[in-house]
Amino acid sequence: MAGKVFTVTSGKGGVGKTTVTANLGVALARLGQKVTVIDADIGLRNLDVMLGLENRIVYDLVDVVEGRCRLRQALVRDKRLPELCLLPAAQTRDKTAVSPEDMISICDELRESFDFMIIDSPAGIERGFQNAVAPADEILIVTNPEVAAVRDADRIIGLIEAEERGPAYLIINRLKPKMVRRGEMMDTAAVVELLAIDLIGIVPDDESIISATNTGRPIALSDDHLAGRAFHNIARRMMGEDVPFLALEEPGFFQRLLRIVRTEGE
Amino acid sequence: MDFLNRLRRRREPSSSDVAQERLRLVLAHDRAQIPPGLLAVLKDEIIAVISKHIQIDADGVEVTVTEGPRKTRLVADIPLQARQRRRR
Repeated sequence: MAGKVFTVTSGKGGVGKTTVTANLGVALARLGQKVTVIDADIGLRNLDVMLGLENRIVYDLVDVVEGRCRLRQALVRDKRLPELCLLPAAQTRDKTAVSPEDMISICDELRESFDFMIIDSPAGIERGFQNAVAPADEILIVTNPEVAAVRDADRIIGLIEAEERGPAYLIINRLKPKMVRRGEMMDTAAVVELLAIDLIGIVPDDESIISATNTGRPIALSDDHLAGRAFHNIARRMMGEDVPFLALEEPGFFQRLLRIVRTEGE
Repeated sequence: MDFLNRLRRRREPSSSDVAQERLRLVLAHDRAQIPPGLLAVLKDEIIAVISKHIQIDADGVEVTVTEGPRKTRLVADIPLQARQRRRR
C-alpha cells in the first residue's frame, strides 16, 4: 500500500484547520479508508480534543522522533471508527523538537499501512508550517470568505508555489449563505477568482460544529448536518471521485425576482 | 412604479464588493512585494525625470500595480500637458 499525505494549512489562525482535519479523517474512515490524522501543532495540540481522544494519549509525535517509543505505540485508535488513528502532538515542547525530515520519515512509515495521512498544520509560515508541509503529496488550504483569511491564504499559496510543492486545493470554510445572498459576504466565485487555485470544498457555517467540539464528536460522524455532508463530499473528492458541490448560494425566489427587476432597470 | 424604482436605485457597492476590491489591490501588492507607499515615491521620481524633457500634467499621473492573468504590471499613466490648439 502506498498512502497519500494531505496537509491542511491556512496561514491565518482560527479559520478551522483542526476542525477540517478531524472531520476529513472521520469522513474518510467512514468511507472505509484507513486514515491517520497527525497533529503537527506541537505545543498547542487540539486535534485530540476535537476527536474526543484526549484521555487516551500515552505517547506523542516527539516521543517517536526522540526514540522513546515506536510509531505504532503512539497511534491512538478511535473506538468509534476502527479505521481512524490519531498521532498526537507533544504538548510540552515547541516546533523545533521536530524537523521536516522527521515528518517525512514518519509519513513514509505510515504510508505502508494507511490509505490517507492528514496533517493538521499550525498557523503561521514558520517552522511548524514547514514541518507540516514537508511530507505532503497534496495541500489543502483552508480559508474563510473574509479579507484577512483570503490574504493569508494567498501568502501560503505563494510560498507553496515558490517551493514547487503541491498541488494545492482550496477549502472555503464557514460560508454563510444568507450573508452571501445579501451581498455582505464574498461568494465562492469571488474567492476562487482572487486566489486562482482549484476548489475542493465549500463548508457552510454551522452552529452544530461548536457543540460537536464540546462533546468531541465531529459533525462528520453523522449525516444530519449540511456541514457534515460537505466534509463527506471533500473526502470523496480526495479519493478521486467527481462530486458536485452543494448548492449553498442559490438565490431564493425573492432574490431572483429582485435581480431581474434590477437588470432590466439598467 | 415607485416601488420598482426604489428597488432599482439601490446599487451601491455591497460590502462583499468592497472586500473583493480591497483584496484585489492588497494581493497585487503582496504578490509583487511592492509596499503601497513605494508607489508614491516612484510617482514623484517619474514625474521629476519626465518633466525634464516633456511637459506633463503632474496632477493626473497615476502609478499602480495591476494583476493580469499571467503577469503583474507596474502601470504609469502619465497625461501630457494639454497643448493650446487652434492658435491663430
